[in-house]
Amino acid sequence: MNPNNYLVLAAILFTIGALGVLVRRNAIIVFMSVEMMLNAANLAFVAAARSTGTLDGQVAAFFVMVVAAAEVVVGLAIIVTIFRTRRSASIDEASLLKY
Amino acid sequence: MKNSFEYAALAPIVVLLGAGVFSILIEAFVPRTSRRICQLFLVLGSLALSFGYVLINATKTLVGDPATNGGQTHGLRQFAVNGATVIDGAGLFLQGTLILIAFVAALLLAENQVDPQGDAFAARSSTLPGSEDERQFTAQGWTQTEIWPLFLFCVGGMVLFPVANDFLTMFVALEVFSLPLYLMAGMARRRRLLSQEASLKYFVLGAFSSAFFLFGSALIYAVTATMNFGQVSIALENAGQDTLVITGIGMIAVGLLFKVGAVPFHQWTPDVYQGSPTALTAFMGAATKVAAFGALLRVFYVAFGGMRWDWRPMFWVVAILTMLIGSILAVTQTDIKRMLAFSSIAHAGFLLLGVIATSASGLSSSLLYLFAYGFTTIGSFAVVSLVRDAAGEATHLSQWAGLGKKSPVVATSFALFLLALAGIPLTSGFTGKFAIFTAAIDGGATPLVIVAVIASAIAAFFYARVIVLMFFTEPPVDGPNVVIPSWFTKIAIGVSVAVTLLIGVFPQPLIDLIVSSGIFAS
Repeated sequence: MNPNNYLVLAAILFTIGALGVLVRRNAIIVFMSVEMMLNAANLAFVAAARSTGTLDGQVAAFFVMVVAAAEVVVGLAIIVTIFRTRRSASIDEASLLKY
Repeated sequence: MKNSFEYAALAPIVVLLGAGVFSILIEAFVPRTSRRICQLFLVLGSLALSFGYVLINATKTLVGDPATNGGQTHGLRQFAVNGATVIDGAGLFLQGTLILIAFVAALLLAENQVDPQGDAFAARSSTLPGSEDERQFTAQGWTQTEIWPLFLFCVGGMVLFPVANDFLTMFVALEVFSLPLYLMAGMARRRRLLSQEASLKYFVLGAFSSAFFLFGSALIYAVTATMNFGQVSIALENAGQDTLVITGIGMIAVGLLFKVGAVPFHQWTPDVYQGSPTALTAFMGAATKVAAFGALLRVFYVAFGGMRWDWRPMFWVVAILTMLIGSILAVTQTDIKRMLAFSSIAHAGFLLLGVIATSASGLSSSLLYLFAYGFTTIGSFAVVSLVRDAAGEATHLSQWAGLGKKSPVVATSFALFLLALAGIPLTSGFTGKFAIFTAAIDGGATPLVIVAVIASAIAAFFYARVIVLMFFTEPPVDGPNVVIPSWFTKIAIGVSVAVTLLIGVFPQPLIDLIVSSGIFAS
């Protein structure tokens, strides 16, 4: 199978993730969408590693997984703090800072 | 290929990250009462040691002909860890600048005399704002010394960021310095709801943009089969105008332009600058700008230098929008931190001129501008942290009326920083702007320079307005006071004033240093 199809799939997943960040209101869902974008990049890396016959992309995928895990720790800490203070994880309600 | 790890070349980074790990051990094993002093010694000591290693690397004599080294005669020029990083003259200058800025910022973060309750960070950031727990911890004088390991990791990532030589290393460095900043932004002692909101916004938008950077790198890798900047540049010469390449360059630009706060990726800047603890805003505003522009310059000079005719039109639009929107929106602000945030957006626009120039003088003028801007920013936010009333910092512009009568020294130094940000001669801001505009004109971007001069004129209005407010109006009856800080903040403001004046009056030694440090190695 042509590895370029996986690049297309990665692009579609990335777009779904980006749309999720832009339109969803719940911070957890937004955060999941960001993780989906990172994993779309992982798929693109691995597909590109296959099609170019190099290993760099596969190594990159491991690094991205580690970074994504670190981001989960930090992100959930921030979202839980916001939730405990406001009793809501809605992105739209956190709007004290504007203009 | 022989695997190697060049400890000497990477020593500045290794020292800082190692100190970060050690700092966590201090949190675990040292009793609470003596943690603060231990952490301070560790942070300032490791920054000084790291700066020493940068100096050692910078004074090593380069072997070989200067003509083939971009005119560079001194300083290490070495690819380390199989080409994942490159320690070259410009990279060493950026590392040195970052460490100096971090040192001054560490002094600000350590300040605990200004607020009667303690330092700028919440006693326990896990407690609910306004709760009984929060009151008890504050009354008992707890401090959140965990900011110091976060700070060290952040500086370590920043020092790695501008010397990263492939997209993967750059992405990891980006995350290493961003994640601690997201956390520290949410830990303010006062106005905690604003602080937590700033943290959430910074995190969501930051993670969003770094995903763009990553996907862009994946696309470039799919075309060129490499992530190393030098090899990408060679491979792109043969690849030609590929849709994947253009998309990849665009997405990488989105990720990096977000970090520098360029329009239309600037939305987070005012909120995060306003909501974060002011000492952290000073660090973030200065150091993130230096690190992110260093990386932006390296990517677009080294990896995509040959593609400049493809990405320049996009950067022209972004630069014009950034300069104009930053300056115009700053005029309408009534909060001093928010105004400085919009001013930082306008400055990102001026700095983009140096990226667009894509020449040796474009690089050297950007480095000069970054050095000057970094210290001016730290100094101005340090002054903001001193003007307080009972509720904490008084950041509304109307509260700053007549400050010159209450505290002439503080008001004068703030006026100096504002003049430098406006680019008035005999301050560092003028030197930087003059250099960067000259480089842009030489690079054929005269229309951009005209826009930049118009934006500077608009910007001069709101800087002058604050100066008029401070010196030529009567203070309000129940206005805020200027707090006398400890030596930490005094030294930080003093250093910023000295650098702002010295580079304005006597810039030649610094210019010579930057020019002799040469161009990026590829």
